[in-house]
Amino acid sequence: MAEYIIKNGHVFDPVQGIKGDKADVAIKDGKIVKDNEVSSKAKAIDAKGKTVMAGAIEIHAHIAGPKVNVGRIYRPEDKLFTYTPKKGNIRMAGGFSIPTTFKTGYEYAKMGYTTAMEAAMPPLFSRHVHEEIRDTPIIDEGAFPVFGNNWFVMEYLKNNEIENTAAYCAWLLRATKGYAIKLVNPGGTEAWAWGLNCLSVNDPVPYFDITPAEIIKGLIEANEYLGLPHSIHIHPNNLGNPGNFTTTLDTLKLAGGYKAKNKFGRDQVMHLTHTQFHSYGGENWGNFESKSKEIMDYVNKSKNITIDTGNVTLDETTTMTADGPFEHHLTELNHLKWANVDVELETAAGVVPYIYSPDIKVCAIQWAIGLELALMAKDPMRCFITTDHPNAGPFTRYPRVIKWLMSAKAREAQIKAFKNSDKVIAATHIAGMDREISLYELAQMTRAGPAKSLGLSGMCGGLKPGMDADVVVYDFSPDKPVANPDQIEAAFSRAAHVFKSGVEVVTNGEVVNNGNKRTIWVNAKVKENPQVMRDIQEKFLKYYSVSQANYESLGHHFVPNPYAIEVDATQ
Amino acid sequence: MTKTVTDVVCPFCGTLCDDLEVVVSDDGKQLTEVYNACVIGTEKFLHSQAKDRVTRPRLRQEDGSWKEISYDEAAEYTAQMLAKAKKPLMYGWSSTNCEAQSMGHEIAEMVGACVDNTAAVCHGTTLIAVQDIGIPSCTLGEIKNRADRILFWGCNPAHAHPRHMSRYSIYPRGFFTGKGQKSRKMIVVDPRVTDTAKLADVHLQVEQGRDYELLNAFRVALNNEWLPDVVAGIPAEKIREAADLCKSGRFGIIFFGMGVTQTLSKNHNIDEAIALTKHLNEFTKFSIMPMRGHYNVTGSGEVLAWQFGFPYSVDLTRGFARYNPGDTSTIDLLARGEADAMFTLGSDPGAHFPISCVKQIAQLPSVCIDPHQTPTSGVSKLHVPVAFCGVEVGGNAYRMDNVPIDMRKVVDPPAGMLTDEEFLTKVRDRVKQLKGLA
Amino acid sequence: METVTITMKNPPALYLEADNVSPDKFAGKTGSQIAELHVYEGNTTSTLGKYFEVSGNAGATAADTKIVVKGDVKKVKYLGMKMSDGELVVEGSTDLYAGAWMTGGKLTVTGNVEAFAATGMKGGELTIEGNAGNYLGAAYRGDWRGMSGGRILVKGNAGSDVGMYMLGGEIVINGNVDVHVMTHAEGGKVTIKGNAKSKLGGQLVDGTIIVFGTIDVMMPGFKPVGTVELEVDGAKAKFAHYIGDTGERKKKRKGQIIYGNLYKKI
Repeated sequence: MAEYIIKNGHVFDPVQGIKGDKADVAIKDGKIVKDNEVSSKAKAIDAKGKTVMAGAIEIHAHIAGPKVNVGRIYRPEDKLFTYTPKKGNIRMAGGFSIPTTFKTGYEYAKMGYTTAMEAAMPPLFSRHVHEEIRDTPIIDEGAFPVFGNNWFVMEYLKNNEIENTAAYCAWLLRATKGYAIKLVNPGGTEAWAWGLNCLSVNDPVPYFDITPAEIIKGLIEANEYLGLPHSIHIHPNNLGNPGNFTTTLDTLKLAGGYKAKNKFGRDQVMHLTHTQFHSYGGENWGNFESKSKEIMDYVNKSKNITIDTGNVTLDETTTMTADGPFEHHLTELNHLKWANVDVELETAAGVVPYIYSPDIKVCAIQWAIGLELALMAKDPMRCFITTDHPNAGPFTRYPRVIKWLMSAKAREAQIKAFKNSDKVIAATHIAGMDREISLYELAQMTRAGPAKSLGLSGMCGGLKPGMDADVVVYDFSPDKPVANPDQIEAAFSRAAHVFKSGVEVVTNGEVVNNGNKRTIWVNAKVKENPQVMRDIQEKFLKYYSVSQANYESLGHHFVPNPYAIEVDATQ
Repeated sequence: MTKTVTDVVCPFCGTLCDDLEVVVSDDGKQLTEVYNACVIGTEKFLHSQAKDRVTRPRLRQEDGSWKEISYDEAAEYTAQMLAKAKKPLMYGWSSTNCEAQSMGHEIAEMVGACVDNTAAVCHGTTLIAVQDIGIPSCTLGEIKNRADRILFWGCNPAHAHPRHMSRYSIYPRGFFTGKGQKSRKMIVVDPRVTDTAKLADVHLQVEQGRDYELLNAFRVALNNEWLPDVVAGIPAEKIREAADLCKSGRFGIIFFGMGVTQTLSKNHNIDEAIALTKHLNEFTKFSIMPMRGHYNVTGSGEVLAWQFGFPYSVDLTRGFARYNPGDTSTIDLLARGEADAMFTLGSDPGAHFPISCVKQIAQLPSVCIDPHQTPTSGVSKLHVPVAFCGVEVGGNAYRMDNVPIDMRKVVDPPAGMLTDEEFLTKVRDRVKQLKGLA
Repeated sequence: METVTITMKNPPALYLEADNVSPDKFAGKTGSQIAELHVYEGNTTSTLGKYFEVSGNAGATAADTKIVVKGDVKKVKYLGMKMSDGELVVEGSTDLYAGAWMTGGKLTVTGNVEAFAATGMKGGELTIEGNAGNYLGAAYRGDWRGMSGGRILVKGNAGSDVGMYMLGGEIVINGNVDVHVMTHAEGGKVTIKGNAKSKLGGQLVDGTIIVFGTIDVMMPGFKPVGTVELEVDGAKAKFAHYIGDTGERKKKRKGQIIYGNLYKKI
């Protein structure tokens, strides 16, 4: 493999505590090495006056699988006039809010993202998810199977059987080649199978005689029993409704008293995702307001919690979530086309297009809340930037979100541009906030932080020798004052150089190589558990519509280049 | 000695049954018996054992006879044809695995082709409706476990999807449907008294071509609005009763077929049926699902969608993907004389297309890749026989509810025969050279 | 206003995609620069000049540019696509997408057009002196935002799916129409001087359909509410008034439920 030495850049690496000092980064055999370990043949990249960081890590996005593809299938208008043609071996790429798999890989890479997590994999559809992951070039990907409405989980946890729950989780992670335990509207999505919902952590789940709170606590315990790399990753109940911040606080409080147990350097026991959608005050859309402060006060003092933001980007987009009842609620509000899939024994999903218009007060308040969360975060290692792609906006807007976070001037300009500017200011905290996220904090929020939360900090998110050589050079000088905030957006949109596992995949903002992407999954070993194996067999015989032998994601077609993280929970 | 392969997936219809047991000879070369499959599925497996199978590519000669050629020669011919054409049409894809589809798309992208699957003459109209209004649906296991109101609209599973009712929709005892058929009310809407209609609790014998009006009347009834005395040949009272029956269930489902997708109003019928389903969700839980035909037409739509953003009728000629049935769809491309080469794989347009289109295929440079001798291979210049997908080679396929199931290989193909994917890989590699991309 | 005339000399073997033939694309160019604009036949790219003889120069802006298309352009697609101003006259018949996504200006076709004319039209004037194909003034696939402004006049007949997902603007058809008129529309007006078949106003939320001739089958979701006198094109006549689609969801305006209106001449 080619050797590289990236010279004289301003390096930002929270893993080593480097805060913009001039340093060289050397690459050999796909890894970062010490400068003196590359030969004289190493290709030099001049990064003078530029910013150097590790490859960024997407902790939560809907980029592969059945509901994403429903979005693609049912929104031809999302592709209209968006295509970039094929060029040599680089495939044609199109779509705006739900790009094709090729465009997904290319766009992430161009922005300097090298690892991404698909946030909700319906286990029955894992083979579909993996086919799409395979066709998404360059970036390493993992996928979170959903557990929060799973019949096995609810039946075991009804009797507080943590060991059985853990054994089942380990089996399902292996069968689906999954990465982490994801919960979406726990209990509420099962209720949706009857057209109902669970809007608080104490609403009983129909028939199953369990509450969301019991599901959440039980899965935290199972997760820590197994010692998985990531914590439970939760989309709580009551998403998107005015006044839902109390449900969010109730959910966060369930993590109280738990301590992370794992060998991956992870400290949290709960990751709360797209927090923006869960930080709402008011009783209706008329008196809707930001409760970011109440949420961040709790998050800031709770070291065993990490969050991501879910920033609204003010675009026309496509919402999609395993929160089936929410999507039905949304289509009743905006009357746009509604897709829904209920998945036997496991989950559901809904898809509805949505337009975040700067002329609508609620959308502008949502925009403010997302930014407030990040600007109020005391520990950037526990608050990560996402757009919950494509729910609050497409991931391709990260550079714009970064601009808003790094420049109070840019925020001010946007606030002024809102049609209901005064009402938005009154319902939020954004106008008075002068914090500007530094490049070091940005590296924490998009690299080192998510890597730590995912239990991948030994592998990526930093530039320490021995780590994967995922390196980005941005044409952005930390020395010079930013005359126009749009420079920030431009620089982070198209990286000057991107290396993935030591291969240069992007040069001057253009994809030059399809890379050698990997599928990351977690192989957790547990003690033999004949009861769980019998239960699985029985459910397949009686209630599933496929046979157990045809359920697993196996082999070269689905996972051609696997990277398995081994976890031993047999002790 | 024989051995039995279990959990075999049936490569016939969109029901994609995966509980078949197939008995094969010990050396894995002969297939002797098939259990659990329907009559058609059984035949599909046994047909692979036909003694008169064509096992090598054949090129049509000037005198109309066939000349046997090698797979390499066939790949060369195919690559040259595709690379030279200005607007090649690559059609079919519904009876093959996703691996072959993917390889085909790579070729199509390089040569600037139109790619289309059999949805073009089947459930393409459903996809148009889904694009207009969405689709609330579910997996087939949900029907089995929960559904107590089952509507079959313009479809006849008793004949077209023979195991559908026993595996998923009418007879099985699921988690919340312990009494099986007794837990369910069955409504059939069909102008004919089909064998499915004979099993129904309610049969609405709709006037042909008036499904759109009848579906609309259901919605008017849900809104308690005025209705004419008779709609689509059905008295208003009967429509209101049927609408009430739907509302009174806990979990309902509408299955529909080509009786509504390919008759007057086409996509609009489905559009209104989906609107009715959405409407019923204001009262109870309701879903809707197309009864997809070919076992992997759904997969073709899925792969096309994640690679190019559209589920069928994709035009890649200008180096980017476009989609608009009526312009980029196979029947229109052929009938309007827009295509200048025809490539068919995993379908038999010769047997199903309008005669004007079949004549057009016969006039064009053409390649047909199919294990069988078909009307399409009959009018094509080159016929490339391949291994039977789902019998002699595995690979991924998508069921009518979009659930992916990895098919199983049960026997070896005749010696020296290639699979779809293997043949296409040869073509891809040659096209790469021709286009200077290798 | 400057006039550019393009005359078909070498018709394509297949079909030609001429999305560059619009006042906007021609503006500021000389005849020889216009001849260099790209056109597409299948997967091959070539120049306008290869197929057409170009005479005259364009004006400085689209507004100052008039294009006249002569010769056989029955196999040419996308004429006047996305035009925003100026004038385009097609002398004869043309293929798919005439005036698709146009936002302004004046497009006249003296013959017939095939399907998808004025897809997603936002403004301007489209006159078709012959017949129109299916999906006239309709939305692009999947889009809920169809024709939102402008005016279309068809002197002959129109195909099915006129004004699907229409939001505004006006379509007048002097002849007959095929099935499905203003499906899913939420505004705008379609006037049919001839006869209609069936499925008029299916899933209509708001908007107006006026029919002078016969209707084979009414939608059950249209409720008769009496007769009214309307003035259309300066002439008064009596019409039976229906409201609908009563099966569809309802919009409210100032507390009042809004229905679509269908008027049929008595």
